[in-house]
Amino acid sequence: MKVFQTIIAVVLGALLIYAEADFPAWASSKSPANAGELSQYYIKNIYDETLVPNMVTAVLADYRGYDTLFETVVVFTAGLAIFAILGTGVMREKKTAVPAPKRIYSEPPFDLIVRISTRMLVPVIQLFALYVLAHGHHSPGGGFQGGVILAASFIMLELSSDLRAEAAKLTHRMSIWLGIIGIVIYAGWGTLSLFFGGHFLDYDMLQALFPLDPLMARSHSMLIVEVGVAFTVSSIMLLIFRQLVSGGYSIPDKQA
Amino acid sequence: MIWSYDAILLILIVITAIVSLSIKDLISATITLGVFSFLLCLLWAEMGAVDVAFTEAAVGAGVSTVFLVATIYNTTRKSSD
Repeated sequence: MKVFQTIIAVVLGALLIYAEADFPAWASSKSPANAGELSQYYIKNIYDETLVPNMVTAVLADYRGYDTLFETVVVFTAGLAIFAILGTGVMREKKTAVPAPKRIYSEPPFDLIVRISTRMLVPVIQLFALYVLAHGHHSPGGGFQGGVILAASFIMLELSSDLRAEAAKLTHRMSIWLGIIGIVIYAGWGTLSLFFGGHFLDYDMLQALFPLDPLMARSHSMLIVEVGVAFTVSSIMLLIFRQLVSGGYSIPDKQA
Repeated sequence: MIWSYDAILLILIVITAIVSLSIKDLISATITLGVFSFLLCLLWAEMGAVDVAFTEAAVGAGVSTVFLVATIYNTTRKSSD
């Protein structure tokens, strides 16, 4: 059937190339993404309304707050789904003792150079992750990227040294709880504005909480919301990695 | 947009995409997919979509490559396709 698939791929590719001629030119001011009424509103008003120079972060965390909230929930649900499919469960870990893959739990081939250099790199990477998270208003970045980089630093640590010993420091249960905490931070901050007479995720109303001018309230609210996203994304990425690398075998709650 | 830079990037993207689909060794295919993601990230950064490029570098090239390698680690390394 290889021929059939090749024909489909070629035909679809030809269609795409044919349709590409109708695309607006790169950075064209008449393209729908630039000329639309909504985009024009964003481009003109975002800095005046939120004091956030990075338009992408402002749209993601403020104007389309619902979108980002449920994206975070999607990440969390994906982690739970992988845990449900692969995991043998933390609670019943001793009863359903699925034999662990030998290669994972036997002594890993420790390499001194890899271990030491990872140990030196990890703090720098984590600091960079926090910078990406906190500076997402002014430069590219934000909760998702910062969370993923933070998770990647922990994954590096677990790859380069003993997975079991590293995993004992943050158990599955704790990572799921951290994921929940992230969503609660996000949704809770949105709910808080209900108590001040606004709508859900209406950060304007939260200015009473900040001894700052009202515009900064929106800017700071975005940071808090992004911190929630980073909590969920980093803990769930770590959970998914451990589930995949250990074939779903539960890493014990306490160090054996 | 620098057209020569674009042309090199696009050709490399097509090559890595085809290679990662056709290669038999799954680890090599995953690494080629990571290269493909990084090239896409370069292309987006060059076109001015810096946020998208950053996400692609962190998620597409970084973490998902690690996830795929971790999955292959628990299955077979050779593709039967």
